[in-house]
Amino acid sequence: MLDGLNWLLDPAHWSGSRGIPTRLLEHLAITGLTLLIAGVIALAAGLAIGHTRRGRGLVVGLSGALRAMPTLGLLVFIAVQFGFGVRLAIIPTLIVLVVLAIPPILAGAYAGVESVDPATVDASRALGLTEWQILWRVEFPLALPLIVGGLRSAMLQVVATATVAAYISLGGLGRFLFDALPLRDYPQMLAGAILVAALALILDLLFLLVGKAVLPAGVRATRGTRRSKTPTERTAA
Amino acid sequence: MSWLFENFSDVWALAVTHVALSVPPILLGLIISVPLGWFAHRYRWGRGTLLTIAGLLYTIPSLALIIAMPTILGTQILDPINLIAALTLYAVALLVRTAADAFDQVSPQVLDAATALGYGPWRRFWQVQFPLAAPIIIAGTRVVSSSTVSLVTLGALVGMSGLGYLFTDGTQRSFPFEIGVGIVGTVLIALIFDLIIVLIGKALLPWSRTRRVRAKTNAETLEVTTNA
Repeated sequence: MLDGLNWLLDPAHWSGSRGIPTRLLEHLAITGLTLLIAGVIALAAGLAIGHTRRGRGLVVGLSGALRAMPTLGLLVFIAVQFGFGVRLAIIPTLIVLVVLAIPPILAGAYAGVESVDPATVDASRALGLTEWQILWRVEFPLALPLIVGGLRSAMLQVVATATVAAYISLGGLGRFLFDALPLRDYPQMLAGAILVAALALILDLLFLLVGKAVLPAGVRATRGTRRSKTPTERTAA
Repeated sequence: MSWLFENFSDVWALAVTHVALSVPPILLGLIISVPLGWFAHRYRWGRGTLLTIAGLLYTIPSLALIIAMPTILGTQILDPINLIAALTLYAVALLVRTAADAFDQVSPQVLDAATALGYGPWRRFWQVQFPLAAPIIIAGTRVVSSSTVSLVTLGALVGMSGLGYLFTDGTQRSFPFEIGVGIVGTVLIALIFDLIIVLIGKALLPWSRTRRVRAKTNAETLEVTTNA
């Protein structure tokens, strides 16, 4: 462990195009871009499923089918099968990461909207809100903590899998692992592992705080009883 | 396709290794999680502590955990124990929570009734509490099983055997078919494991009605997905 920390503290490893800051930014950029793309797709679908209560089976089936899918295999298959894959490693990486990130975000959005008390929705309808207004002004804010919970599980998977993606010569923190492996440079591998774990933990904490911040004030009072039962939220805890 | 026929014995050997690497984390995870889950269910402070540790553990990317294992265990980098230990930790991280929830779900009145009928704590646990919690624990084990089988492929990245070898070898040779064989093989093993767990569950718990379990399984499905 000490060797890994020594490697981390060496100033030489903190500059240049193969330095820690660059790799960290690359990792964050891949993670951010993936969450953005997957978020747009999955939120739209999840909110629609939650609001209309149709297509629930799709959500469950999708996450079940994907769990057994080895992401490393999918990644290298796309990279090798399509010629662009090896040269432009970002394309197969983004495809795999987005596919991976969609189910948790979808589940969070869907579970969030579904967790809204039907009486609240009926009341909004009675007050004359259109379906669109109900979705954006009632269901969406109330669903936000669970939506953030879904984004949080997606983020964890993306940070982890982006590390694996460095195998097909993309940047990111995974490069430290794969650059060091052929050289048997275990301190560097360990340093890479520590960096990835630290990044995941810090981002996790960040999402936890955001999840608390977006909780509407009216819900905060009744929290304890309502929120403990919803599925995605429990992963987040 | 001819590649598969020519290399079938090699692929088969990799699949056997894959199974051998997947089974210990699933079984060990189950054996460790049930008592821990019971503890978390029984003691409030134990719950907070255990579930927080489980949550943190689950946050750590698995490849990082596999690589950090030699430092923690004092093993060699290529020792398969690293992979088994890392995946066992993951299994525990997932299953402790499920087991705690499963024990929470058993109605306290049923336990009181068992006590009133003269069941001691030990017998009450094995004959009443555990069987009633088992359907949910089995549902959680199915989740752990699928994700473990899939995560074993990551071992290939640090030079371990298993079907993941077809991914690294297929990449180096730019041979997508070999990678495809690896993907299909991994998914097949996961499906077979899933079927076996379902059958064991049915054999052990013939009285359990599928409906409640299924509702819970769906919740699990939403909740947990593989963390590469």
